[in-house]
Amino acid sequence: MTKKDHGISFNLVSKNKLEMLTSEEKLKFILKEVKNGKILVLEHGLTPIEQANLIEQTMREIEQDTFIGVEMEGYGEEKPSFFQKLLGIPRKPRMTLIGPANLLKMVKKDNNMIQTKIIPGRGAR
Amino acid sequence: MGLFGKVSLSSILQRIFGKKHVKIGIYGPPNVGKTTLANRILRDWTGDIMGSVSEIPHETRRAKWKKDVKIENGNSSLTMDIVDTPGISTKIDFKEFMNTWGLTRDEAKRRAKEATEGVIESIKWLEGIDGVLLVMDSTQDPFTQVNVTILGNLEARNLPVLIAANKIDMENSSPATLKSAFPQHPVVPISALTGYNAENLYTTMVKHFGKKHKKKRR
Repeated sequence: MTKKDHGISFNLVSKNKLEMLTSEEKLKFILKEVKNGKILVLEHGLTPIEQANLIEQTMREIEQDTFIGVEMEGYGEEKPSFFQKLLGIPRKPRMTLIGPANLLKMVKKDNNMIQTKIIPGRGAR
Repeated sequence: MGLFGKVSLSSILQRIFGKKHVKIGIYGPPNVGKTTLANRILRDWTGDIMGSVSEIPHETRRAKWKKDVKIENGNSSLTMDIVDTPGISTKIDFKEFMNTWGLTRDEAKRRAKEATEGVIESIKWLEGIDGVLLVMDSTQDPFTQVNVTILGNLEARNLPVLIAANKIDMENSSPATLKSAFPQHPVVPISALTGYNAENLYTTMVKHFGKKHKKKRR
C-alpha cells in the first residue's frame, strides 16, 4: 500500500490468468503484488505444494522493517469424485485470499466461511 | 530356539508387511508444543531430550534430530529417526518479539531472521521424511492455513500423518474439534507436558507409521 493513493487494492485474479502462468511465475506474481500492498483473491488457488513454495519464498523475501510476510487463507483442494480418482484427474485448488500480513488478518475460519479483517498500520509498517 | 533361529515370527511378518525403520518429522505451527512432545518421546524411550522449550514463539529455529528411537508396542516395535522441526508460519514480525515478549530490538531481529531460516529448513525436510507427526494446539482453531498447507502437502506426497491434538491438560481444549475437522487422519489427544495419553500415541505411531506407504515423488 502506498500512502499517496489512500486506499487498499483488492484484486480478483481470474482462473484464466493463473492458468497461463507456470508455478514459478504464479508465485513471483503473487509475491510482487502482495509486497506492493495488494490483497489478492485468486479464483483458482494454489496447490499445497505451491503454497509451501510460497511460504518458503516469502521467508526469503521478508524485510524486517517493510515486509513481514503474507496472510493466506483458502480451503483445501476439492475432493475428487470416484471417477476423477480412477482417471487420475488432479484435484483442483479452491479460491484463496492472499495479502500482506501487515494489512490482512484472519479472524475466523471454518468449513463454510473465512472471515478476515483489513487493519491498516498493523505490523512492521 | 525355533525354526527361524533368533528371528521371531512377528519380526518376519513385520519385514513382509510393514516397515521397521522410518524417519518421522514433528511438524506444526509455532508454539503448539512440538519440542515438548519430542522431549516427551525421547525421555520415555531413550532417557534423553531434544531441545529447550519456551513460551516465546520460534524457540526451535534449527531442525534437531535423534536417530534410532525404538518405540515398542506389545510384540511389535518401530525404530524411528525423529526430526523436531521449527514451526512453520507465513509471517514473522520481529516487533511481536519486542512488544509481546520483551526482547530487545537486536534480539528480536536476530530471532526473526533465524525463524525465517527455520521455516525454510522445515519445508526442505518434507522431501526426506517417511511420515509426519503433526502437532496441533487443541485449544486453538484448527483451520489455520499452516495446518491446511502441511496436510495438503503430506496428502499430495502420500505420506502418512498422525495428528497429535496437544495441550489437552488445558481447560479450554477441544480435541473433538480437531477430530471432526480432519476425519481423514488419525487424531490422538495428548498432553505432551504431563504425558497424559502418551501410551495411546505410541501405540498409534507404531501401527500407523509401521505400515507400508508408497511415497509419491515430486
